[in-house]
Amino acid sequence: MDALPDHMRPERSFQGFILALQRFWAEQGCVILQPYDMEMGAGTFHPATTLRALGPKRWNAAYVQPSRRPKDGRYGENPNRLQHYYQFQVIMKPSPPNLQDLYLKSLAAIGIDSSVHDIRFVEDDWESPTLGAWGLGWECWCDGMEVSQFTYFQQVAGVECAPVAGELTYGLERLAMYVQGVDRVYDLNFNGRDGADKVTYGDVFLQAEQEYSRHNFEYADTAMLFEQFRMAEDACRKYLAAGWREGSNQKEHLMALPAYDQCIKASHVFNLLDARGVISVTERQSYIMRVRELAKACGEAWVHTEAGRAA
Amino acid sequence: MTDLLLELFSEEIPARMQAKAADDLRRMVTDKLVAEGLVYEGAKAFATPRRLALTVHGIPVRQSDLKEERRGPRVGGPDAAIQGFLKATGLARIEDAKIQTDPKKGDFYIALIEKPGRATIDVLAEILPVIIRTFPWPKSMRWGERSAKSGSLSWVRPLHAITATFGLETEDPDIVNFSVDGIEAGQTTYGHRFMAPGPIKVRRFEDYDTKLKAAKVVLDPQARKDIILEDAKELAFAQGFDLLEDQVLLDEVAGLVEWPVALMGSFDEEFLSIPDEVIRATIRNNQKCFVVRDPKTGKLANKFILTANIEAADGGKTIIAGNERVIRARLSDAKFFYDTDLKTKLEDRLPKFDQIVFHEKLGTQAERIKRIELLAAEIAPLVGADVAKAKRAAQLAKADLLTEVVGEFPELQGLMGKYYALAQGEDAAVAAASEEHYKPQGPADRVPTDLVSVAVALADKIDTLVGFWAIDEKPTGSKDPYALRRAALGVIRLIVENALRLPILNIAGSAIVGLPDKGAKYPAADAQKLPADLLAFFADRLKVQLRDQGARHDLVDAVFSLGGQDDLLLVVRRVEALGKFLDSDDGKNLLAGTKRASNILSIEEKKDKRTFDGAPDTGLYKLAEEKALAKAIDQVKSEASAAVAKEDFAAAMSAMAKLRPAVDAFFDKVKVNDDEPDIRENRLKLLNEIRAATRAVADFSKIEG
Repeated sequence: MDALPDHMRPERSFQGFILALQRFWAEQGCVILQPYDMEMGAGTFHPATTLRALGPKRWNAAYVQPSRRPKDGRYGENPNRLQHYYQFQVIMKPSPPNLQDLYLKSLAAIGIDSSVHDIRFVEDDWESPTLGAWGLGWECWCDGMEVSQFTYFQQVAGVECAPVAGELTYGLERLAMYVQGVDRVYDLNFNGRDGADKVTYGDVFLQAEQEYSRHNFEYADTAMLFEQFRMAEDACRKYLAAGWREGSNQKEHLMALPAYDQCIKASHVFNLLDARGVISVTERQSYIMRVRELAKACGEAWVHTEAGRAA
Repeated sequence: MTDLLLELFSEEIPARMQAKAADDLRRMVTDKLVAEGLVYEGAKAFATPRRLALTVHGIPVRQSDLKEERRGPRVGGPDAAIQGFLKATGLARIEDAKIQTDPKKGDFYIALIEKPGRATIDVLAEILPVIIRTFPWPKSMRWGERSAKSGSLSWVRPLHAITATFGLETEDPDIVNFSVDGIEAGQTTYGHRFMAPGPIKVRRFEDYDTKLKAAKVVLDPQARKDIILEDAKELAFAQGFDLLEDQVLLDEVAGLVEWPVALMGSFDEEFLSIPDEVIRATIRNNQKCFVVRDPKTGKLANKFILTANIEAADGGKTIIAGNERVIRARLSDAKFFYDTDLKTKLEDRLPKFDQIVFHEKLGTQAERIKRIELLAAEIAPLVGADVAKAKRAAQLAKADLLTEVVGEFPELQGLMGKYYALAQGEDAAVAAASEEHYKPQGPADRVPTDLVSVAVALADKIDTLVGFWAIDEKPTGSKDPYALRRAALGVIRLIVENALRLPILNIAGSAIVGLPDKGAKYPAADAQKLPADLLAFFADRLKVQLRDQGARHDLVDAVFSLGGQDDLLLVVRRVEALGKFLDSDDGKNLLAGTKRASNILSIEEKKDKRTFDGAPDTGLYKLAEEKALAKAIDQVKSEASAAVAKEDFAAAMSAMAKLRPAVDAFFDKVKVNDDEPDIRENRLKLLNEIRAATRAVADFSKIEG
C-alpha cells in the first residue's frame, strides 16, 4: 500500500477509516458501491444485499450505508446513541471459505492488531422479521466490545439462499471511536486534521441529531406518514403486478427494483411511526408483517430477473 | 486393541451448545459401534469453540464373522421361487443349497450364508459420515459454494476439517477413509486461531492432546474451567479480594476460549453507588466478566476479571484497557437507569399497570395487584402479620417491573423493588416483601420468614393458582407454562416451614370472589369444586415433595383420605407422626393387624353381600381376647381422639400402640368365622371397630406394605 499521509490514517480520521475499509475490500474483489439513495434502517436493506443475496450468481460488494433508526435518537445528548449513523457492509456470495480470515485482515487494515487485542466470535443468530430473513453467525468482539456482525444468510425475503452469502456489518462510529480512543462519538476526528483545520463528527452531525430527534419523537407528521405507508404499500404491489411477463421459456419480472424501493420506503415510514409512539403493541406486529409480505413478494420477483436467476 | 481419534474442526461453535454436542458425538459413535457388534473399552468427548473431538479406545480391529441359514422354497417348487431364492442368497446354482427334510411339509432348500466380519476401519468409514450428516445441532446452517446444491452438508457453523485415525498404540494409525460434502477425513488439524494457526499433523489421541496444548489449545473444557477459576481466584486474592464464583458464567466463558487467560481490570469507584447486584448483572450478562468482593466489607470492589483468549504481546494491557472502556460505558448506562428509577415513586408507576395485560382472561396487572392486596389483607391476621403493612407491601411488590433497571435485567425483579422502596422510606418489612414475595422459587430456594413477606407471597401464589384453575389452565403432563406446580409447592413450604395455620379452602374461596368478573370467562370457578380440586393438587405436590425427600408419600393419601384435611400444617405433622409410628414395631404390627382385619372383612362382606357396621353386642363375647380387644378399642378411640383434638399426633400414635397387643392376641386365639352365625357377625363387627379406631389418625388401607 502507498504510504498514507497522517490525516488519512484510519486511527486518526473517520474518513480515512472508511477509505481503508473500502480499499481493503476492493482488494478482495468487491465492487465498492455508494450508499443507496433512500432512507433505511440498516445496510442490509440496500438492494445490493437484500436482492443480490438471492439467486445463484456470484456477487461481491462493499459499501457504506447511512442507517436511520428514528427511535435511537437522543437529541445529541448520549455519547454513543444516534438516530443516523454509518454501517459498512460487505456481502460475498457464495461465502468464501476464508471469510473469517478476511474479516480479521480487514481489522488489521484499520489498525486493530490481533496480537494485542482479544478478538472473539460470540454466537448471534440474526433475524430480520421485516425482511423475512435469517442467518447464523456471530457478534464479533474486540476487547469485550461488539464491533461487527458476521452472518451467513440462510434465507432472505422468504427465499432460501442458494448459494449462501456471507455478510459483514461494521458499526463504523463505534469502531472508529475505539481506534481513535475517544469516548464520545461527537469527538471523533472526521478529517484527520489538527487545530483550526480539524472537523469533528459533532461539527458534521450534532445539529442533525438534535433536529431529527425533535422531528422523530415530536413533530413527524403522523397523518402524512400513515398515508405514505399506505401509498408505498399500494405502489409496491402495483409495480410487482405490472412487472410480470411470460418470457420465451420462463416467467420473467421486469420491475423488481422499483417495487423493492417502495418496500424500503414503507419500512422506514413504519420506523418513524413507531418512534412517534402511534402504533400499539398489537398493531406493531401487523405492520411488520405487511412489510415482510412486500419484501417476500419482491424477493420472488427478483429471482425471476436477469440478475436474480440462473444464467 | 485399537483406538479411534475423531475431530471435527469448524468455525466458532456457540458456547451453550458445546457440552451437549460433545456428548451427542460420543453417544452416536459408540452406539453405532455397538450396533455393528464392535464393543469398545472406553470413550471420551471434548469440545472447544472450534472443535468437537472424540477418542474411543479398545475397539476390535474386525467384526466377528456371522453364519446364517436361510430357508428357501420346496424342492421341486416353481422355477420363479427358486430363481428368487438364488438371487436373494447369492448362490450360483440350486445344487449349492442344502436340502432339509421336514416330516410334515416335505423337503426344503437351505442356503448357508457366511457373512465375514468387516474391518472396523471400513465400518467407521461408513458410519462416521452418516453421523456427521445427521448430527442433532439445535440450529444448523449451510455455507459456501456447495450450498447452491441440494443435499449440501449442514453444520452448526462452517466445517473446515475432519481428522479421523484408527490404529494400534504401537504403530502409525490409518486414516479412516471418507469424505463429507467435499471435506476429506485426514490427520491435519490447526492450533489456536491467533497464537498457533498453522496445520498440525496428528496420529492418535495422546499426541493430538499434547500437540494441541503446544499450539495453545486446551482441549478439555473442565481443564479450561479449572484454569480460569484458579487464575481468577489468584488475581483477586493478590489484591486482597475474593472472587464471586459463578458456575453458569464459568461454563459459558470456558466455551468462548481455547487458551484462557484471566486478566483483572477496574472501574471508577463512583459506580459503587449502584447496588452490587446491578453492577454484577451489568458486568456478567453483557461483558461475561466476573466481579470480586472486598472481604472486609462484603461489598463489591471496583474490579472485574475478564477471560481473554490470547496471551497478548503487551501482557494484556490493551485488552484490559478496551474492556474497561466498555464496562465504563455499560455502568454509566446502568447508573443512569438506576438514578432515573429513583426519581419516580413506586406507587406513581402503578397506573401504568392498567395498560398491561396479565392474562387475556385474568385481566390487567393492575387488577391482579388489587386482588393480591385484598388477599394479603385477609391472610395477614391469620399468619400474624401487620395488616396495613401487608397491604402496602402487596401494592408495591410488583411496581419495579416498570423500572428501567428491571427492564434491562429482568432477573433483578423484586430486588430492585426492595432498593427503591427503602430509598423512598418504606418500612423495612414492606420493602423486603418486594423481593421475598417471589420466594421460594423452587425446592432448594429459601422460604421467607418475615410475616409480611409470607402474607404477600401466599397471596401472590394463591391468586395465581386460583386464577389459572378458574380458566382451566391446569398443568398437564410435562406442560406447566405458568409454573403452577412451583407455586403450589411454594404455598406448602411457606405454610409448613413457618408453621402456619391457614384454612386453605376458605382462602381459595376468597380468591375466587376477587376474580375480575364472573360468568362464562371462568368455567371452573365453582366456589365448592375449585378449592377442593386445588386441595387435591396440593396433596399431589406434597406427595412429590415427600418422595423427593425420600419420605413415605403413601402416608399423604392415608391422611387426606380422612376428608376435611385443609390445614396443610396439620396434614404434614400427622404424616410425620404416622411415619415415625409405622417405623416402630408397634406401628408395623398394628398396621399388619389392621390390614388383616380389613382383608377378612372385605372377603366376608363380599360373601354375605353386606357390611358389618354398628356396635358389637357385648353379650355375645365368648372369649377373654374378644372382651380385651373391645375394651382396648374403646380406650384407644377416646385417647386418640382427645390427642388429635389437641393436635398432639405423637400422643395419638402412642395411644394407637396400645391397640396392638389386643389385636395380636385376638388373631392368635379367636376364630372369626365361628360356626354360630351370631358370634361370627359379632366378631366381624369387632374387626370393623379396629378399622374405625385407626381412622382417628389415618386411613390405614391407603398405606402401602
